[in-house]
Amino acid sequence: MVNTKKVALTGNEAVAQAMKQINPDVVAAYPITPQTEIVQFFSSFVANGQVDTEFVTVESEHSAMSATVGAAAGGARAMTATSANGLALMWEVLYIAASNRLPIVMPVVNRALSAPINIHCDHADSMGARDSGWIQLYSENAQEAYDNVIQAIRIAEHPDVLLPVMVTMDGFIISHALENLEIIDDDAVKEFVGEYKPDMHLLDPDNPITMGPLDLYDFYFEHKRQQAEAMKNAKKVILEVGKEYGKLTGREYGLFEKYKLDDAEEAIIVLNSAAGTAKEAVDALREKGKKAGLLKLRVFRPFPYQEIADALKHVKVVGVMDRSEGFSDFGGPVFSQVRSALYDLKQDIKVVNYIYGLGGRDIAEEDFAKIFGNLEKIKTTGKIDNLVSYYGVRE
Amino acid sequence: MATLKELSQKKEVLTGGHRLCAGCGHGIATRMVLNAVEDPLVVSVATGCLEVATTIYPYTAWRCSFIHNAFENAAATISGVEVAYRALKRKGKIEKDMKFVAFGGDGGTYDIGFQSLSGAMERGHNIVYVCLDNGAYMNTGIQRSSATPFGADTTTSPAGKVIPGKQQFRKDLTAVMADHNIPYVAQASPHNWKDLHEKARKAFEVDGPAFLNILSPCPRGWRYNTPDISQVLKLAVESRYWPLFEVENGKWKLNHRPKKYVPVEEWLKLQGRFRHLFKEENRHLIDKLQKEVDRRWDILLERCGEKKEE
Repeated sequence: MVNTKKVALTGNEAVAQAMKQINPDVVAAYPITPQTEIVQFFSSFVANGQVDTEFVTVESEHSAMSATVGAAAGGARAMTATSANGLALMWEVLYIAASNRLPIVMPVVNRALSAPINIHCDHADSMGARDSGWIQLYSENAQEAYDNVIQAIRIAEHPDVLLPVMVTMDGFIISHALENLEIIDDDAVKEFVGEYKPDMHLLDPDNPITMGPLDLYDFYFEHKRQQAEAMKNAKKVILEVGKEYGKLTGREYGLFEKYKLDDAEEAIIVLNSAAGTAKEAVDALREKGKKAGLLKLRVFRPFPYQEIADALKHVKVVGVMDRSEGFSDFGGPVFSQVRSALYDLKQDIKVVNYIYGLGGRDIAEEDFAKIFGNLEKIKTTGKIDNLVSYYGVRE
Repeated sequence: MATLKELSQKKEVLTGGHRLCAGCGHGIATRMVLNAVEDPLVVSVATGCLEVATTIYPYTAWRCSFIHNAFENAAATISGVEVAYRALKRKGKIEKDMKFVAFGGDGGTYDIGFQSLSGAMERGHNIVYVCLDNGAYMNTGIQRSSATPFGADTTTSPAGKVIPGKQQFRKDLTAVMADHNIPYVAQASPHNWKDLHEKARKAFEVDGPAFLNILSPCPRGWRYNTPDISQVLKLAVESRYWPLFEVENGKWKLNHRPKKYVPVEEWLKLQGRFRHLFKEENRHLIDKLQKEVDRRWDILLERCGEKKEE
């Protein structure tokens, strides 16, 4: 175990603190609410000589990701951070970062996408980027965001992976709320993340490479296949890094967290901050003798479908919480993936979807109690009235 | 400066065997620019003809480090490589001096990549940005850009029965870049190799960002006789459609003053894209273009502190 310190930080401060301790070679970022503070804090670290980082004040998120790609291709450890429309503006280059196998780490402070413009939390931004080839780690609170950012460096740069990682936390709910958390020593972070030594990069003039060539039907497919394999490999690496981080800090990380799930009959699957609220509801229901449980997904990409199926195989009804609407008319992105993961069990597990909290609409403990009530009703009647429902909306 | 013989013996950074069209200006201009550099290079190229014709996987025509990111972000990309270099050099992880250059067509520079270019120049990176201006989106099949000359026939500004080609005058990007107050901005043409070589050398030598706008004819889009590329370039300059000038630390300088007045018509008639302008009913459009060329020339003379013509 390493030396740790209890501090009170907001989510944005915690993430900026992790970035400071990682001390990347390059950060290129553009401010956007609610991520702005991360950029501001990091600017002050640079201005006060607390990091060795070259900080690039780009003119847009598109250029933020483009410059980060350039820096990472140059063999630098490069980071950026964004939210919502900023992530949407990066879209094109997200795919390029992943496909060029550049281990960039990017905190994403979850915020609803326009229109109408809204600065508050939902997961439309990162969920929209779910197929861009980035690993996605979701964080319930500031502690997890801090821990995930540090682990993300190791995951991204692992030679079996070499993929970029997005670390998300909920806008305002976590990014701007003060929380007690434990941070580890600067030296311990430095040792944990180690030195980045890429095999090939643009700043090695004795070994010039061509990156990003035209790649047609004769090779493109093979490159995509390799990329898919890297995403598969990421699962093992995420677990290894999570274990090692646990030895260091006492906080081990897996693919997801099971909360009172092992004997549960009704379970909720939820990501990020709402998991904390849902846990309170589970505790209250357990006191009443209800068999409520929870699965909090940490890793959405790669999607741990076998592990999720295994963790839920004994459950009778699953309520999947989606804080984004995919406009597929078949529920949110977490729902369709979880439901598909359970198919091979060939068990009659009822799986329903609740779209909630769009544009920052709050969800409280009593809301989760109601949702668990619905799940229990489905369990006893065997009937599903609405496969997909919108929780907490005026209709 | 080096003699032509010396330059011809230098090892090419962009090798032969690439798949640019015969009679295309891009290969010539790129080789001339890179010939002026002694240090190892990182080249960033925007999506376009230069990129697709030189890097068809698993082949590459580049003997230096090369990155293609996307269409509109060659400037932001090379700025990222340059800061990586600064960071790693400061930490002692890189010893050699290196140079950083981005190439984009007029689409990737004047239009879709304009914001990225402007941002990178304003931030003061030690990079050179080279625009290879062939006056349309040639790689996607000759669509008009903001660099396309007035009156030109392109696939999105076709010479039709009602609208006779492009209706707008070209954006004066070189002047716009000069207004960024960066150390070095120049406009050049490959037919004048000495002038181009010298400008490329200066661009790489200054401390900070430099911008070169190079006219680069496209045989498909301009429809000239391919062996005549040098003549086409020369007439663009002699007719004052494409003046050769530079702006060094804010000081404008005209590099070539044509000895006699050559009407722009002389340049237009070499190119199929302007053929429709020579119909009787369209002659007035040539006059309109001529007036604009004359007007811009006068502004340039004033900026350069040159006497106006009689």
